[in-house]
Amino acid sequence: MSAEEWQALGLSLKVSSVAVFAALPFAVAAALGLARARFPGKTVVDAVIHLPLVLPPVAVGFLLLSVLGTRAGLGGWLFATFGIRFVFSWTGAALACGLITFPFQVRAIRLALESADPGLDDAARSLGAGWFDRLANVTLPLALPGIVAGLVTAFAASLGEFGAIITFVSNIPGETRTLPLAIYSALQTPGGEAEAARLSLLSIVLALAFMTLAETVRRRSRA
Amino acid sequence: MSVEIALRHGFGGFTLDVQFGTERAGVTALFGPSGAGKTTIVNAIAGLFRPQQGRIVIAGRVVLDTATGSFTPAVARRIGYVFQDARLFPHMRVADNLRFGWRRAKRPADEAEIAQVVAMLGLEGLLDRRPRALSGGEKSRVALGRALLSAPDILLLDEPLAALDAARRAEILPYLERLRDETRLPIFLVSHNVDEVARLADDVVMLRDGRVVAQGSVFDLLTRIGGEIEPVGAVLDTAVGEHRDDLTVLRFDGGELFVPRLARAVGTRVRVRIRAEDIMLARDEPKAISANNLLPAMITAIGGTGQADIELAIGASRAVARITRASAARLQLAPGVAVFAVVKSVIVDSAS
Repeated sequence: MSAEEWQALGLSLKVSSVAVFAALPFAVAAALGLARARFPGKTVVDAVIHLPLVLPPVAVGFLLLSVLGTRAGLGGWLFATFGIRFVFSWTGAALACGLITFPFQVRAIRLALESADPGLDDAARSLGAGWFDRLANVTLPLALPGIVAGLVTAFAASLGEFGAIITFVSNIPGETRTLPLAIYSALQTPGGEAEAARLSLLSIVLALAFMTLAETVRRRSRA
Repeated sequence: MSVEIALRHGFGGFTLDVQFGTERAGVTALFGPSGAGKTTIVNAIAGLFRPQQGRIVIAGRVVLDTATGSFTPAVARRIGYVFQDARLFPHMRVADNLRFGWRRAKRPADEAEIAQVVAMLGLEGLLDRRPRALSGGEKSRVALGRALLSAPDILLLDEPLAALDAARRAEILPYLERLRDETRLPIFLVSHNVDEVARLADDVVMLRDGRVVAQGSVFDLLTRIGGEIEPVGAVLDTAVGEHRDDLTVLRFDGGELFVPRLARAVGTRVRVRIRAEDIMLARDEPKAISANNLLPAMITAIGGTGQADIELAIGASRAVARITRASAARLQLAPGVAVFAVVKSVIVDSAS
């Protein structure tokens, strides 16, 4: 593999790691809200969280660009005030990936929370454990297998993200050119089929590895 | 250490409306058929259920008063709750389960106390195990220990034996008796099993359809005919008087009982039960008879359906004998008649 191909792989791993870990606290909060709380409009919130699953990724990328582009309202303000810029940056790619794979995490954590015995929460309450105490020492440890399975699935899905990245942060070698973008670029180059094939094979291997890992975690937790 | 409970809550077709209390340490059984509202009551005491109206005072602390709007959340109630299904934390070892409430109790740490509870409940060999690797009886014991170590003001035991088979029940009952005898706490025991109540309780609150239909001392309530509870015979708190050959003499308020020798020191308190079917009656004192226990008694009432239930006063204690109607007629039994109660067999529960 060429230096550029290694670079694409490294960038993909970095973008996906940052994406899923940055999204994790929000995913836990969303899953807790959906699993535990009762509030009006819950169905709508649920649908909005799951939207990235069914929306064309290009549309997500376009939405991000319209909100966080340097000439857009929020993006312009962030750039002017803090110098934070997502467009043309790998952090923007991570943001896009985190958003697109958010439903995978929420779903896995929510399932884990819902399958936990609600009686344990009452037991912890009667033993003097407050809200945060129960969350940190009972609820989340019990949901850990679901959290890990969600992280791994989201990571695997994130490695394959293309449309949102190329629309939002463009295709810049070393900055935003992750594996799928590198494959696309190779195919645009005369004689790049061999490189495209190598990178595709690599993507398949990575995807298989992480999906197997997620399934193993899920199985282990059930045993 | 007194506890006062008054609750009222409507659940559509069912209304819970109860008022009871206890003035002292000891076991108060909440006794009644399923659906009587027993678990709802303990959940309300624990703060896990908030009734529409009510007032609960535990050891001088008002933890619920809907009239003033005061409500202490479960987290701050200092109540040890042993759930029917144990509810141990599956991701923690037994030792960490035991310390869960203890760590959160607001008082200085005392390792000796943990050791004492571990010894009382026989948990020494289980500390490093996960709940998954415990039997049903072991889980119950750990749950008891966990609740005790949270330094509660009272203990709530919601059918701690219901999920266990007969063998496991027999295994855990002695621990419950030790709990009753060695902790100086008011304990509320939810049960629908009269033998369990006769064995463990000091007082009984009988519930049906969300209401208290009878309450009083276990010695009284379980030995009364025509009441809400089918009489069990006799429940007696006795003391070991002396050991004589292969027998032990148990003294109670009304006489003496001879039982096969018990390995207990003189003076030890022992609760015994006598089944109504195991009490025979004689008008005259039988002379040559194999039964060891012959107690002079006075008939106070006669009732029963099918068979005759004869309510007896034995000194200051009470008992019910169950005999056939034919026998009752032949002996011309009637209230006020003096008889001899021949006790065929005495069930010795444990030191109490």
